[in-house]
Amino acid sequence: MPLSHVAFLILSAVALISGGLVVTRRNPVRAALWLIVALFSVAGIYLLVKAEFLFAVQIILYVGGIMVLFLFVLMLVNVNVSVRQAPFNRQWRVALATALLLLAELAYGFWRGAAPRLKALAPVAAPSHPLGNTQAVGMALYQNYLLPVELVSLLLLVAMVGAVIMAKRRFD
Amino acid sequence: MIPTQWFLLLSVGLLVIGILGVLLRRNVLVMLMSIELMLNAANINLVAFSQLWHAVTGQVFAVFVIADAAAEAVVGLALIVALFRNKETVNADEMDLLKW
Repeated sequence: MPLSHVAFLILSAVALISGGLVVTRRNPVRAALWLIVALFSVAGIYLLVKAEFLFAVQIILYVGGIMVLFLFVLMLVNVNVSVRQAPFNRQWRVALATALLLLAELAYGFWRGAAPRLKALAPVAAPSHPLGNTQAVGMALYQNYLLPVELVSLLLLVAMVGAVIMAKRRFD
Repeated sequence: MIPTQWFLLLSVGLLVIGILGVLLRRNVLVMLMSIELMLNAANINLVAFSQLWHAVTGQVFAVFVIADAAAEAVVGLALIVALFRNKETVNADEMDLLKW
């Protein structure tokens, strides 16, 4: 088995286990820290498929930005109360059944449809031009996907304004 | 090259874990974290097919998904802060103002 396969298996095991710990930990701060571990291993998977730009974005934006925001808000709301309370709600039987049903459905569809078809797909030959990954993503972003980039910037602006207004206003 | 099926299986696993988190947990913050897990599962799929076809489009859309995740986290956390000010709780089953 090549080294990249071993690395993928280890990284995906880490991602799945820490994802499970995110859902089951009682303390939300611990859940956030396990989520950081999961995000790091997903970033490692990006590196394995030579998506270096996404690797950097994942670490800088997700781990450095979004998770720090999560931890800030966790410090603002009262964590100590939720440590003492039950972590799961009363509908856990229905929720578990729904999730397992979805898992079975996806697995069935995967084994019946996707797996044989993916096996039949001939791997496409790698392009000959030696464009680096970051350069290729940048070219695609600013040439073919210029309008979506502008829309995303608008979306971020709207989210920022909305967050400021919602966090500022008092309801009473 | 790592088989694309492995990526799909990992993505299914992360997606189901995220759905379980959203459905099971009472804490709204952990529910938001589970949503981040599901978005990561989608990104793994996009990157896997980008690797399979040697096309960079999947990675471009993964960048868009990450930007969306940032916007969603910002708005969601602002909502949580506003709700905590108003009701002094972060439990989803205690926010029942719209229930009959």
